[in-house]
Amino acid sequence: MLKLEKVDPFYGPIEALKGINIEISHGEIVSLIGSNGAGKSTCLMTVSGILKPSSGRIVLDNVDITGMPPHRIVKMGISQVPEGRRIFPRLTVLENLEMGAFLGRGNFSLLIERVYKLFPVLKERYRQYGGTLSGGEQQMLAIGRAMMSNPKILLLDEPSLGLSPIMVSKIFKTIHEINREGVTVLLVEQNARAALKLSNRGYVIENGTITIQGESEEMLNNEKVRHAYLGE
Amino acid sequence: MFLQQLINGLTLGSVYALIALGYTMVYGILELINFAHGEIYMLGAYLGIILLGFFTAIGLTSQSLSLSIILTLILTIIFCSSYGFTIEKIAYKPLRRSPRLSPLISAIGVSIFLQNYVMLTQGATDKVFSSIFGNAGFDFLSTRITYLQLAIILVSAVIMLLLHAFILKTKTGKAMRAVAQDKTMASLLGINIDTVISATFIIGSGLAAIAGVMVAMYYGLVNYYIGYTAGIKAFTAAVLGGIGSVPGAMLGGVILGLAESLGASYILREYIEYKDAFAFIILITILLAKPEGLLGKTSEEKI
Repeated sequence: MLKLEKVDPFYGPIEALKGINIEISHGEIVSLIGSNGAGKSTCLMTVSGILKPSSGRIVLDNVDITGMPPHRIVKMGISQVPEGRRIFPRLTVLENLEMGAFLGRGNFSLLIERVYKLFPVLKERYRQYGGTLSGGEQQMLAIGRAMMSNPKILLLDEPSLGLSPIMVSKIFKTIHEINREGVTVLLVEQNARAALKLSNRGYVIENGTITIQGESEEMLNNEKVRHAYLGE
Repeated sequence: MFLQQLINGLTLGSVYALIALGYTMVYGILELINFAHGEIYMLGAYLGIILLGFFTAIGLTSQSLSLSIILTLILTIIFCSSYGFTIEKIAYKPLRRSPRLSPLISAIGVSIFLQNYVMLTQGATDKVFSSIFGNAGFDFLSTRITYLQLAIILVSAVIMLLLHAFILKTKTGKAMRAVAQDKTMASLLGINIDTVISATFIIGSGLAAIAGVMVAMYYGLVNYYIGYTAGIKAFTAAVLGGIGSVPGAMLGGVILGLAESLGASYILREYIEYKDAFAFIILITILLAKPEGLLGKTSEEKI
């Protein structure tokens, strides 16, 4: 469904990624793990069109989307929840969700119904400013907002960052639920164990290249992964 | 006397507010002080006088005054908005990823260019338009209020209410606020940043055009440098209200207009030539006491 072929985004003065190959099939959850600065966020920002790759191709359902402007990529069905949630602090919860539905992909009332079902707290707080929500609620809003574009693929960047363990498991449960509804997920995480437990397959990114890849189960048992990312 | 100055101040303040909105909207989205904005207003005033003169010459004003004013407004808005749109595309967009000083200098360049362009094509002397409105109006508590003053205040108020509703309620308005808060995130949601920025320049320039036409009718006189003074004052109004804040620009404009006309008649009196300096005394005082402006927000919320 989504394919990154030798993607080489030129990011500032250094090349953060060196020929990345990632392939995601329809309906999968794929996790991309790696340490700080390994190039995970760069990878997502390149898929979303915020950063332009200097070489390589990004293909969605046989359509080359390399170098498309971000708004056209969203229109193609790729939606991202970036690191740090980045909700609009001075828009209300409802307005944040409306911005998610900016392109009008799908029926607004059905979409918002689905988001409110996933995160009932957002319905309670719809008139509150985004900036007044707690960290966990902001993460819910960020995911809900991305879901408002009715994406085929959801890119999630560190959704567990800075959240309490209870909130983390809640967010991961929701990701699972979203996936069961047919949305393909690419999950970037530092919390490798939780990510691999949730996903079908995983990739390890180190210094801008993919070093290990495989079924998540295998990876949980992989000596190197256990040592470097699972803290065993 | 007081009521007279109050009306004069409100008239002046409405015009400042309309221009200030253009500064504050562009600043809110690009963090750029668009120094060429005053010149857009000047272009609007020029075109206003030219068109009204033309409509008078062909006898349209004597047949239907309101039709000629509406036509003048519409044509001027289109003209100024296309200028604003083009200026952004040519002078600011290519510099969007440059250091913040570069577009600022580019803006000053556009401003100087437009002043000289108008000076060369229209002449360096004042362009006068014998007012078709005269002193028509009514007396209220021994104060002369002209219909034109009343119209300026009312039209400005209505436009500002409409703009406020537009920004608060419409999809484009919400997208503008979203872009102002986080451009990258807005584009990750499918909002076309370029379109939103263009819309901001078009709206801001349209408001300046309306202000220009109204001033042209009010004073019946334009020259190529009116944009400078008006621009700096409207900028003061925007800072006074809190730059980036739309209600702040409206409030700041009205306060500045009132302060100028009341200050000139009650405080300055025989030093009336210092009237313009009054605006800047207010600006300096505000910057010292409340740097974020009356309704402005401190910038710590940029996470």
